[in-house]
Amino acid sequence: MKPAAFEYHRPATVAEALAVLAEVGHDGKVLAGGQSLVPLLNMRLAAPRHLVDVNWLAELDEVAVDHDAVRVGAIARHARVEHDPGAAEAVPLLRQAIEDIAHTTVRNRGTVVGSLVHADPAAELPAVLVLLGGSVELASAGNGPRRVAAADFFVGPLESALRPGELATAAVFPRPPAGSGGAWVELARRHGDYAVCGAGVLVRLDQGLRVASARAALISVGPVPVPVDLTDALGGQPHDAADWAAAGRLAAAAVDPDDDIHATAAYRRHLAGVLTARAARSAAAAAAAKLEASA
Amino acid sequence: MTTRTMGEPIARREDPRLVAGDGRYLDDLGGGALAAAFVRSPHAAARVLDVDVSRALEVDGLVAVYTYEDLEGPMAEPLPLLIPHPRLHAGRTAYPLANGVVRHVGEPVAMVVARDRYLAEDACERIAVAYEPLAPVVGLDAAVAAERVVHDDVPDNVAARMVQEHGDARAAVAAAPHRLELDLTIERSASTPLEGRGVYARWDAADRSLRVYSSTQTSTSVRFALAVKLEVPVDRVEVVAPDVGGGFGVKIMHPWPEEVLVPWAAIRLGREVKWTEDRREHFIASAHERGQRHHVSVGFDDDGRLLGLDVEFLHDNGAYTPYGIIVPIITATQLLGPYKPGAYRAEFRSLYTNTVIVTPYRGAGRPQAAFAMERTMDAIAAYLGRDRAEVRETNFIQPSEMPYDHHLTFQDGRPLVYDSGDYPATLDKVKKLVGWDEFGTFREQARAAGRRVGIGLACYVEGTGVGPYEGAHVRVETNGTVVVATGLTTQGQGHETAFAQVAAEALGVPVERVTVVTGDTRRFKYAVGTFASRAAVMSGNAVALAAGKVRAKALRIAAEALEADPADLELADGTVRVKGAPERELALETVAVLANPLRYAFDEQARLATQFVVGRGVEDPPVAEDDEPGLEATDWYSPVRSTFANGAHAVVVETDPETAEVRILRYCVVHDCGRLINPRIVEGQVHGGVAQGVGGALYERMVYDENGQLLNASFMDFLMPYASEVPKVETDHLETPSPLNPLGIKGAGEAGTIPGAAVLAAAISDAEGFFLDTMPISPSELWALREHHARKDDR
Amino acid sequence: MSEPLHETHLVVNGVPHTVAVPARRLLSDCLRHDLGLTGTHVGCEHGVCGACTVLVDGRPMRSCLLFAVGMDGAEITTVEGCRSAGGGLGPVQQAFQDCHGLQCGFCTPGFVTTITAYLGEHPDPTEEQARQAIGGNLCRCTGYQNIVASVLRAAEILREPEGSGEPQGGAPVSSP
Repeated sequence: MKPAAFEYHRPATVAEALAVLAEVGHDGKVLAGGQSLVPLLNMRLAAPRHLVDVNWLAELDEVAVDHDAVRVGAIARHARVEHDPGAAEAVPLLRQAIEDIAHTTVRNRGTVVGSLVHADPAAELPAVLVLLGGSVELASAGNGPRRVAAADFFVGPLESALRPGELATAAVFPRPPAGSGGAWVELARRHGDYAVCGAGVLVRLDQGLRVASARAALISVGPVPVPVDLTDALGGQPHDAADWAAAGRLAAAAVDPDDDIHATAAYRRHLAGVLTARAARSAAAAAAAKLEASA
Repeated sequence: MTTRTMGEPIARREDPRLVAGDGRYLDDLGGGALAAAFVRSPHAAARVLDVDVSRALEVDGLVAVYTYEDLEGPMAEPLPLLIPHPRLHAGRTAYPLANGVVRHVGEPVAMVVARDRYLAEDACERIAVAYEPLAPVVGLDAAVAAERVVHDDVPDNVAARMVQEHGDARAAVAAAPHRLELDLTIERSASTPLEGRGVYARWDAADRSLRVYSSTQTSTSVRFALAVKLEVPVDRVEVVAPDVGGGFGVKIMHPWPEEVLVPWAAIRLGREVKWTEDRREHFIASAHERGQRHHVSVGFDDDGRLLGLDVEFLHDNGAYTPYGIIVPIITATQLLGPYKPGAYRAEFRSLYTNTVIVTPYRGAGRPQAAFAMERTMDAIAAYLGRDRAEVRETNFIQPSEMPYDHHLTFQDGRPLVYDSGDYPATLDKVKKLVGWDEFGTFREQARAAGRRVGIGLACYVEGTGVGPYEGAHVRVETNGTVVVATGLTTQGQGHETAFAQVAAEALGVPVERVTVVTGDTRRFKYAVGTFASRAAVMSGNAVALAAGKVRAKALRIAAEALEADPADLELADGTVRVKGAPERELALETVAVLANPLRYAFDEQARLATQFVVGRGVEDPPVAEDDEPGLEATDWYSPVRSTFANGAHAVVVETDPETAEVRILRYCVVHDCGRLINPRIVEGQVHGGVAQGVGGALYERMVYDENGQLLNASFMDFLMPYASEVPKVETDHLETPSPLNPLGIKGAGEAGTIPGAAVLAAAISDAEGFFLDTMPISPSELWALREHHARKDDR
Repeated sequence: MSEPLHETHLVVNGVPHTVAVPARRLLSDCLRHDLGLTGTHVGCEHGVCGACTVLVDGRPMRSCLLFAVGMDGAEITTVEGCRSAGGGLGPVQQAFQDCHGLQCGFCTPGFVTTITAYLGEHPDPTEEQARQAIGGNLCRCTGYQNIVASVLRAAEILREPEGSGEPQGGAPVSSP
């Protein structure tokens, strides 16, 4: 399974990359980690005439943590973000979710931003971005940079808001509000496979360690990550004795999955409930632990 | 002191080169060869109306494009039907390239030869084939209904129909105090070795000789097939199996279309040509196995003793039957397992579908058989409220009843007679290993903690070491190395080590001095192949016999030279010496020199064999009438019947009450394959077999849609297990030597796989409280079954 | 209609190479066919089986998902580069032989590189950690059990003082 021929571009700067992308438009694809793209090329399911290799753009290889967010540059590898202590402290959910992405060897090359742009309905990071209310920064030649919020970024299965000629330069994962804890729970057929269903949950507790708000984002249950507000089911309840099953029911009611060769829609819907309940319980515990530690 | 090697778990001799990356697998060879690639049918059933290659001709580096029209003579005929059988009344095979019609997705339509594989695939993409798609036959139901047919001249899609019986099973079932009917299904899966198929051909035009390397399990048979198809004299064809990255059955099928076309192209072009199969091709153009559906009718008494067993099953053989009906015949005969069935009747129909062909995959019909029998045993136990192990014990053939004749015909065409085995002891061992009798306590504890656990067990019998024969040649070189050659092949079974151990033991040499060559027709021409857990039995014994002849000759020659009685001599530490007087000895290499009377001395050693030094009487010829020069011999092992190994697996599983995920807590194997040449190698085979059994039970299935498209033709969606999915295997074994061969060994290659689906279905059923009749099972399917049974209970 | 070739510099197992390859040349094919290092094997070409795993600047990656041109200037280690300094088997390779961690050997190079990198960062894994470490490579022959044992054995060999790691079984380093 060998790829079709393409013209290879190796821009040395972001400006150069944007210029090439503007020129090749629909005929070009960005090559970053390649862990999703190259299999498609090898199977000739995709045959772009131009490949723009952005791996040489050192300025895009950054993981920056500040008061507000973790900012991940376009070619920061999953593995780097996974092991970045600052990122882990600021947004623990990132590491949790990244650990479920394929295997170490794939994470050594695949990129966080690449995963977002690829927008696979079964991918973890789009849901994490949605859950945190993050955004993606997009650049193009001749225009200023634009920022697209997570809620608008994932348009359809394998389709993001990226326009032809645009390069996603960074993703921003905001710190969860104070008093929050997160958890990521997924079920895959084999370890490292795309999830049959996955749920990321953020729970914020008040000073009395009761649930102030809770929300979830689910994967593999629709064309894009499905956000679900769980506050109605959990609000005001103790962090260690809330009605997790009710949260699960909210999630199950919010999704409209499909059948595929690995699982039925009914089973996915069932999992949405189960995994959300489990993730909510863990997220609340994580929030409580953080609050107790800082008390 | 001689180091014993038989039975020793010595490290493998082939490992140093393999772990260092110095293996020579098919694609590692032929660096300068042209690359072949194939245009394959995207339709499950279609007429091929036209093949337009004009756009392909523009591809730089294209050398040739071939279609059926280019084939002549034997190449234009269908590929061989390898194992004909009188019950295979409508066997059909494919043409090497489609002749106007395609019958499965993946069937080759055109072959491209180009400078490299990238360019070859470019050319393939540009070849425009005009198809008239036809409605395909997919699945056993559609095949049976026969509203559409796969082959126009097979109107009911039935390739074969066969009944084997002993006694009147139907009457026995009808008259029995208790009766059960079961419908059981196993879905299609496949061998999927990490290395796909490959063929590399070199034609020497000046010499008019052909050498073909193929990633095959039978180089000797490929050689014959190529000689016939390519009309090259057999003695001008050599076939070599290089290092092979796994076979598991799929590479016993031959000759593949690619296997004849690549050498054919090499001859036509006068260039070396190589084809390396890629992963997608392997899924859609090699072979699958396992898909069967059984209906079991069983009659039994109050103790669960079988009185009559009547089985009808459907076997999906895919679009063609080049390997005949070996797989369903094995199913029909091995279904009996270790039990006395009372009266037995097995009937199968082998049906065509527009899918990939079905040829043996490790287990070769036995996993389906074990599934049918073992589910039946569990069902009987449940019906009677008896312990599942006890029901089996009630039905066992006892050691005192060996040899046991089932009055049926096995896959080797010989009587199905179990030669030896201790089934009660095997079951006993596995029960102890897993803690069968104590499980109730564990289950209660688990239940109290909200956990759902279950235990299952499954027994099997495996006919191994099928004939007709294997041979071996053993030679002691004048430098003291021992060179062993046998014709069958190797795909990871450690033959370079195991057969060296056999020869080393027989000749009293350190195993390091022995080299073994397998699968090379230049070195050994008569063989059958590696499959059906036969290699150790067949070639192991052939090596032992040949080495035994060499040993006898060495003793005779040394006796002459040492002026001793051969009976007073022993072979040890690489010498021949007088027992009890070790200073009277000859190095084995010296004996090798003496074995070949020389006129010319090449070195000091050789001088010893020249005519003015050796004192054979001048009245006698230097080489006696019944003798040959050299310290070497060839011998053959040809068994009167297969020898029957057996085993039992026991498994503890836990299922998640919410997600229905299945986790294997313990996997226990007790197996009996007679005497072991290398216990470590055997254990490794068991581990690997278990992994495939677990894969087949919980993860792997070929998913065809109604259009005959294989939906999971990649490793992304065909779920071969990683290390996280495979349990640690606890093994124990018995050794009931085979009375049928000198070494007393039985085959072990498939032992780990055979009862996988059966034992996991049993354990999951036990955990869930309802009966599983279809495998594999995914969490989604288990959850659906839970829902189904819960609704039933609610009513 | 010939494809343009890109001059690419690769340091492979410490040896610098310059190759001129089409852009679409996969690193796996470049190593195997342009540089003759056939120890790296190709099992799927879609990044799942791991047989093609090599180290790129010390980190394991799937060479079937990398273009050679994209590796310009990289330091690559293949299974051939996991030998010991004297040319004999390296510790991971030796461990595989000691533990019967391979049967057909086709997947083994991908495990050797993966484990070599892993032990560099985690020199003392538990059995469970060892199993996780090899969790991204497929093997069809061994059922993984002896590969897990090989990881632990390799860690043991690496802990031994230089020269005292005796190979078991007495098999020669080079085959006849």
